Amino acid sequence: MHFQLTDDQRALQTGVRELLAGRFGREALRAAVDAAGVDGSGARLDRGLWRELGEAGFFALCLPEADGGVGLGLPEAVLAFEEAGRVLLPGPLIATHLAAGTVPGAAEGLTVVTAVDGVVDGTGGGALVEWLDEADVVQGDASGAVPLQSVDPLTPLHRVHAVVGNRSAGRWGSPLLERSRELGGGWAQPTTAGADNSFAELLGAAEQLGGATRTCDMAVRYARERQQFGRPIGSFQAVKHLCAQMLVRTEMARAAVYAASVTADPLDIATARLLADEAAVRGARDCLQVHGGMGFTWEADVHMYLKRAWVRARRGQSTAVHEESLAADLLLPEKR
Amino acid sequence: MDLTYTEEEEEFRAGLREWLTKVLPGLPPKPDPGDWPARRAYDLGWQRMLYDAGYAGLHWPVDAGGRGATPTQHLIFLEETERAGAPYVGANFVGLLHAGPTIAAEGTPEQRARWLPPILRGEEVWCQGFSEPDAGSDLASLRTRAVRDGDDYVITGSKIWTSHAEVADWCELLVRTQPVSDDVPKHRGITWLVMPVDAPGVTVRPLRTLAGSTEFAEVFLDEVRVPVGNRVGAENDGWRVTMVTLSFERGTAFVGEVVACRRVLGELAREARVNGRWDDLVLRRRLGRLNAEFRALWRLTQWNVSESERTGGVPGVGGSVFKLRYSHARQELYDTAAEVLGPDSLDLSREWTLDRLSSLSYTIAAGTSQIQQNIVAERILGLPKDRNGRKDG
Ligand SMILES: Cc1cc2nc3c(=O)[nH]c(=O)nc-3n(C[C@H](O)[C@H](O)[C@H](O)COP(=O)(O)OP(=O)(O)OC[C@H]3O[C@@H](n4cnc5c(N)ncnc54)[C@H](O)[C@@H]3O)c2cc1C
Repeated sequence: MHFQLTDDQRALQTGVRELLAGRFGREALRAAVDAAGVDGSGARLDRGLWRELGEAGFFALCLPEADGGVGLGLPEAVLAFEEAGRVLLPGPLIATHLAAGTVPGAAEGLTVVTAVDGVVDGTGGGALVEWLDEADVVQGDASGAVPLQSVDPLTPLHRVHAVVGNRSAGRWGSPLLERSRELGGGWAQPTTAGADNSFAELLGAAEQLGGATRTCDMAVRYARERQQFGRPIGSFQAVKHLCAQMLVRTEMARAAVYAASVTADPLDIATARLLADEAAVRGARDCLQVHGGMGFTWEADVHMYLKRAWVRARRGQSTAVHEESLAADLLLPEKR
Repeated sequence: MDLTYTEEEEEFRAGLREWLTKVLPGLPPKPDPGDWPARRAYDLGWQRMLYDAGYAGLHWPVDAGGRGATPTQHLIFLEETERAGAPYVGANFVGLLHAGPTIAAEGTPEQRARWLPPILRGEEVWCQGFSEPDAGSDLASLRTRAVRDGDDYVITGSKIWTSHAEVADWCELLVRTQPVSDDVPKHRGITWLVMPVDAPGVTVRPLRTLAGSTEFAEVFLDEVRVPVGNRVGAENDGWRVTMVTLSFERGTAFVGEVVACRRVLGELAREARVNGRWDDLVLRRRLGRLNAEFRALWRLTQWNVSESERTGGVPGVGGSVFKLRYSHARQELYDTAAEVLGPDSLDLSREWTLDRLSSLSYTIAAGTSQIQQNIVAERILGLPKDRNGRKDG
């Protein structure tokens, strides 16, 4: 057992981080938010950036080399999506990633693919589609979609009412699944759509992990700089303990997300989702609290992390479904 | 990232399983929890069996009589023994996990030869005399005095919360050998001594815990003489000596417990299924959430163990992250058990009721959760120390 990043994985992580820092740093993020406007109506995808991501192999990471991909696995995809989550990279990244190899141009970053996130669990509300107006290809049936005013200025959303049953089957392409078959061993393959939906869940959890890591860093940096009562607010225990718990939640989520990327086990993925959602949403909330009045402004970045975390937490299966499947697992006889 | 075990690791696991299957049925019946002499004999007997089979001191260095096993092998050992229902480390805890490793790291050859083999062979029990009535979280403010008199230290003071003191042979004792002054900060004048618990002047008064048992004790020291040769490390250097062991662990501290918690969680689900509370959606989801929690804690354990394998030991701060989350999760587990049990949760004869009571110590013992959060904030995240409060560290 060696549950640590390999040198290659570290190099990949650094590479993606540097690429994104150069191409989608803080100024770019603020510019995108300014263009989107308070109501998000001006949100546009940067096609140039999308192509650069394609050229760098971001969408083709898991596509076999024979098909023009990078030929890596789910752990590497998770590391890349964690970095994307850290900088709040906008766009239907997961749908495009999963479409690489089946939708022409997706792997190269030439085609923007979105998907109907069609879970209808009886609670109403219908399915959501991110970035519908900007996408070239939609997986699933988005007819009759109506825009809603997205809470996250950088994630335009449409609502689709008419989807029935579980997610629209076959909505994702399945290169990841193929890849998983090649690698063998422990990879989840219930049905094609099911497995890819699982991978979508995991990549979303990876983005949440990146967001959680970043809000912890932001809170700590602010707590060191901001002075009140003649000393840094980070010297107050109430603030310290908020920050400590942010780190604890982030490190728990990291272990869960990375492990799920190795096993691709559906229950490991459910675990990763629950822990990463918790780390991202509560992390952004606590980060906001540490920033005081500044945290309540549009100008500070904190709110964008919180809003994106909310959007991601709504994707795919609900918390209730994950908790129920993890509960059901407890009744199974122990495997050794 | 690799979660599969190597061939050697699997061989080690298989050998251990085989041995456990062979020996566990022959164990004597578990002693009554209130019968300390019987518990001591039982725990030492188990340690002796481990010794004879070559599993004693697995994680100790070879030159200290240990097996020098990797952290992963130690993880496998703790996982398998727990799964097989083998006895806990019990009364051997301080000897095997704290005093022994400290002597191995800081002791003279004579000290190692005197104290380490009996720990490994299951012949002697140790306890830890650190905390005092007025020195808990602020351990460095301890006041038990040791004054040099010829070849002895003469010790006067008192210790508290000393686990297993009733049945211990030896006590790893922190004493003050230099009074605190403007020039001597509190963590300077401390010395690490080995005290025989049966020395004249030592009085052990058991303390009853809220669970009704006498797990720990007050230890009164009235002019107790301890030979200078029982000092480990230099005089006044005891704080550092202590930290050498306390601040390094290999991520394995709670392996067995996490495995046990996962087993209990399965039992809770089956019990809920039987008594009908499984139909309560809120309870069911809470159990599902706990499953995620303990699965993640297991992954974090594997992560920390692998990290310590890579770096040769994780600084204790990584352990703080784990302990914070684990101690809370354990309490949540037994609070959920109470939901499963319903009215039976008030019945002390139910195993989980006692376990729920014991779980309350987890956020207090070995550094309270507040102290752990201070450690994480200051030593990992680099937040400034509180100027009004502690000046230690
Ligand atoms: C079951 C059990 C077994 C034990 N076994 C042993 C043993 O074998 N040997 C041994 O030496 N000791 C042992 N202990 C003692 C244990 O280490 C102490 O209880 C612990 O360090 C806390 O000290 P205290 O009890 O004096 O509490 P205090 O330090 O008085 O703390 C009281 C409260 O104040 C809070 N607090 C204190 N300082 C701060 C701070 N700076 N910032 C924020 N909050 C703070 C604490 O978090 C806590 O909530 C044991 C304890 C238990 C419960």
